[in-house]
Amino acid sequence: MGVMDKIGRVIFTIVKYLSLVFFSFCAVLPVISCVITAFKTDEEYHTTNVMTMPKNWLYFDNFVRAFKQAGMARAFANSLIILVCVLFFSVMIGTQLAYVLNRFKFFGNTIIRALFLFASQLPGVAMQIAVYEIMYKLGFINSLMGYIIMMCGTDIISIYIYIQFFENISYSLDESAIIDGASYFTIFYKILFPLLKPAIVTSCILKGVGTYNEYYCASLYLQDKTRYATVATSLYTFVGPLGSEYNLICAGVIISLLPAFLVFVLCQKQIYSGLTVGAVKG
Amino acid sequence: MKKKRTFKEWIKSRDGQQVLVMFAFMVVPLLLLFVFTYLPFGKMFSFSFYNMKYIGDRKFVGLKNYIKVFQRDDCFDALKLSLYYMLGSIVQLSLALYLATILSFKVKGGNIFKGFMFFPFLINGIAIGFIFKFFYTRGFVFDTVLQWCGFNLEDLPYWLKDQRINNFSLVGTSVWRYFGQNMVLFIGAIMSVDSELYEAAMLDGANRFQQFKYIIVPSIKTIITLNVILSITGSLSAFEPPYVITSGANGTGTYFVVMHEIAHTQQKVGLASAMAIILLLIIFVVTIFQKLFFKYVFKNSEDEDPRAEIRRQRAIKRSIKRQQRLSAAGGK
Repeated sequence: MGVMDKIGRVIFTIVKYLSLVFFSFCAVLPVISCVITAFKTDEEYHTTNVMTMPKNWLYFDNFVRAFKQAGMARAFANSLIILVCVLFFSVMIGTQLAYVLNRFKFFGNTIIRALFLFASQLPGVAMQIAVYEIMYKLGFINSLMGYIIMMCGTDIISIYIYIQFFENISYSLDESAIIDGASYFTIFYKILFPLLKPAIVTSCILKGVGTYNEYYCASLYLQDKTRYATVATSLYTFVGPLGSEYNLICAGVIISLLPAFLVFVLCQKQIYSGLTVGAVKG
Repeated sequence: MKKKRTFKEWIKSRDGQQVLVMFAFMVVPLLLLFVFTYLPFGKMFSFSFYNMKYIGDRKFVGLKNYIKVFQRDDCFDALKLSLYYMLGSIVQLSLALYLATILSFKVKGGNIFKGFMFFPFLINGIAIGFIFKFFYTRGFVFDTVLQWCGFNLEDLPYWLKDQRINNFSLVGTSVWRYFGQNMVLFIGAIMSVDSELYEAAMLDGANRFQQFKYIIVPSIKTIITLNVILSITGSLSAFEPPYVITSGANGTGTYFVVMHEIAHTQQKVGLASAMAIILLLIIFVVTIFQKLFFKYVFKNSEDEDPRAEIRRQRAIKRSIKRQQRLSAAGGK
């Protein structure tokens, strides 16, 4: 190997790590600055620069105050209810739909897939203009149940994740069950559904994070912020009179992103693979 | 002769069972899809011909709403802002591709870097709004970091107020949020390439750039194309950064922010619907145009197995190497 090659390799390594460090720094800086500020007392916040480290890393007052002022106990309860219901129903609906689309050949199979694909291309903000009227007529404004039903609609990414998984489950499994006289319902619930577990976990994580973070529809349809706030919309409390008390706001922000952070740390692999499946197929 | 079956017999047969299970499993998802996507889609179209609020009388006005959209300055000024977001998405995609390439080679702590850069994607929109209001406030985080780099506070603009710069600031937050996600998608695509190809290329002495050009790019062409299309339609419908950070003040209101304001604050539902339909049409046309464009551009290379190209390159390189070795030996 020539000297030039070696120099090239060293330069490449340096550039490689420099860019990684630089862009990672850019990615975490806004969040880190929030963490720093969340641990500052009011006095510290007003007198020191935002990037100065707090004196006491165990000062949790802001978190407690933010949690109370934004009514986050209620918000977390609401978010949990929404999350559990939406995940349960969308898993049921999504896996069943994927089963039919993957296992049966019938007229309309491709049309249904295309309908879901096209639906995913429509920008949500624009659609809500008309969805609002439907929600209003159904009496779903300020109704947790209505919001949940709206969110249950299965999305193309989960369908792709399930279908891809079904493709890898051999059809001979179905056939031998049919010979044994099992009905299609039995085949699905007793044989295929348990095998789908990894795909279900992946799509639940993605859909779960999405549902937890959803705020536009939540703010449109769950307008009563004292009773129906979700974690995301509870942060609206900090708009207005508290608008510049950033030590408090940052604490609220950090609380709101902790669950997503925990899920991310624990389930990185599933998140990455789920995203990739959805995108490559789409 | 075919025996006629009663309905009862039919439903017990395999065919009947199949139809039954298909109906049972598809009725709910299709109903939801209809009620929350296609019905509103149709309604929106009809709303756009009325002068109406959500509640109360509605009056048929024909195409007046559409004409109004073209007459209103705020709508078209807003559409111009999508150029900023398009620029941002170009930066975002190139950055993501660059980092994905780096991370697909052997890197110490690669997963940690990947995690850091991906995490912003998982933060909820409102939190992002607060984080960046704080980040860009005069003398706060961004200004402090720039001061560390030697800038004077007096020379720095107001990132969210100054109309020359505030759209760039907002686009920056969008890039910040999504580049990690794009990167993960690209890494996924790169990893799906047979690792033998890389090894073979390494053995043949292909350098990083050659690996990038001849192995990585051809194999992830589809996903790059897809992301370019998504990012252009995405910039036309840019909404979140201005909505949560500036509420569209100081000339940062994108088309959708203006539309949201007209629909839900001013309650001019018909006008907002017309705006939505116009944008959907634009997106539709752009998408078709892009698909055709890419089809045309990739037509020649698409039919070909990417590996054939690599094999050819490899053969050429090998012959060059052999010559070099020969001439080096001869020189001694």
